[in-house]
Amino acid sequence: MRRFNWLYIPAGLTYLFLYLPIVVLVIMSFNAADTPYRWDGFDTAWYGRLFADRAVREGLINTLVVATGATALSAVLGTLLAVGLARHTRSKLLDAIAVAPAVLPDIVLAIGLLAFYTAVQFTLGLHSILLAHAVFGTAFVAAVVRTRLAHVDGSLEEASRDLGATAPQTFVRITLPSLAPGIVAGALLAFSLSIDEFVIAFFTAGPQDPTLPIVIYSMVRFGVTPEINALATLLLAVSFTFVIAAQRLSRLTESF
Amino acid sequence: MSSTLAPRRAARTDPGPHGRRAPRRERLVGRLATLGPGIGYLTVFMLVPLALVLSYTLFHRGRFGGVVHEASTENFTRVADGLYLGVIWTSVKLAGLTTLLALLLGYPTAYLIARLPRSWRTVALVLVVLPFWTNFLIRTYAWIILLNSEGVLNRALTGVGVIDRPLELLYTPGAVVGGLLYAYLPLMVLPLYSAIERLDPQLREASANLGARPARTFWSVTLPLTLPGVLTGCVFVFVPSLGNFVIPELLGGGRTVMVGNLIRDQFLKARDWPFGSTLALTVIALLVLLLMVQAWAARRLAGGNRA
Repeated sequence: MRRFNWLYIPAGLTYLFLYLPIVVLVIMSFNAADTPYRWDGFDTAWYGRLFADRAVREGLINTLVVATGATALSAVLGTLLAVGLARHTRSKLLDAIAVAPAVLPDIVLAIGLLAFYTAVQFTLGLHSILLAHAVFGTAFVAAVVRTRLAHVDGSLEEASRDLGATAPQTFVRITLPSLAPGIVAGALLAFSLSIDEFVIAFFTAGPQDPTLPIVIYSMVRFGVTPEINALATLLLAVSFTFVIAAQRLSRLTESF
Repeated sequence: MSSTLAPRRAARTDPGPHGRRAPRRERLVGRLATLGPGIGYLTVFMLVPLALVLSYTLFHRGRFGGVVHEASTENFTRVADGLYLGVIWTSVKLAGLTTLLALLLGYPTAYLIARLPRSWRTVALVLVVLPFWTNFLIRTYAWIILLNSEGVLNRALTGVGVIDRPLELLYTPGAVVGGLLYAYLPLMVLPLYSAIERLDPQLREASANLGARPARTFWSVTLPLTLPGVLTGCVFVFVPSLGNFVIPELLGGGRTVMVGNLIRDQFLKARDWPFGSTLALTVIALLVLLLMVQAWAARRLAGGNRA
């Protein structure tokens, strides 16, 4: 005899809570009315308006430029850092420095970088956001690569050294390939965090070249336009595809 | 448990044949080549900026903005002023309430997910995380549509006849807590899930066999053993909630001010960077205190389990 499990109520609430706003957004993006508070029938006009919107298009390009650059920088710095922390030091202080960007409230890093850029008279623009995003990107790549390192067999590297390979040769031919899945996972994480990041970008952006989150912020603050619904739906579709693909990918790599 | 950990710990402290043979200089080069770039980068772009903010707390704003380098404790006495202290207290309360609600919703959810068949577990987890991977501003915007006086919730409620006048839902402290909860709930579910999933089901069976009712088993077996996960989840939700300024602005409509809004305004509007820095330092101090309590509690729990 199975009794009703009362846990279904809060768990169901959780999922309802998580998906109700999303479902409403998606439905409203196909609304013909110019307000989200009335339904005038099915229409895709807001998507047309969105594609014609230059600010959104430029914001998207800026975001991709920043995220790509920050991810590349983070992948290199984070991987080296992970190897160094796991193999070359036992310092608790360096450990703490490496995780700090991940636990520091974003607004603290944001004001710190604004103060720093101003103090050294660094011009603000896409490059200043890119360098700022590489700070937390490095921390996340290092964290992911380190968990991978814990599962990598160190004896391969020892064998390589015993057979006469130099330290750099061993690093490139043995260490890096065995870390590759971790580096890819860390880089994907850094990339998606950078694409979504608003607070630090808001503080370190120049007057021109806003990233997409900054464009969305001003759209939301300015007032409710159904164009945001269309943009939201498209971004949702992209991230859903991305997450599901990543899930499939990780299941594939796990089976090795 | 300790027998499985022992070899790994040994491997970490024992430099191994290769470690012993590597010449001193080569080890130094390896250390510099791997740690140098990353630590150097984080020093320039994180530690120096933080040190700068820290130093600003002692200075004050110039007549036309900027920072006047004259040391004083003026900023700290200003933070202790009732107005600002009140805002900080509001922030702690709202972030705390968010964390509590996240725990109340998140624990049963994580518990159920951990009991699902393996293939369904992944699906259920991905469904929890999915909204988290969508833009944070858009998730907040969705709540504006839902809560607005002409919004979906109000129209549904008036339509059914529960209420005859639209409720004031948006621009309330409740809306801010709802928005924060929506933004960070997945961060509660994930650590809880991994803690509950690791729990040996035999422990609960043993407890049941010894005559404990399910509630008793939960309070004296399941919950204490998953407390580290609870602590982690609470920190994950509380920390980003405390410093948030976007959600209070968009869903609180400027009526619910949190400490993040104050810091933002000091930096971008009032241009009083020294005072903004002092407020930020207060937030950091609160969080460090919280993390210390968490670490202490986690250590005590670990000690208790081993005994």
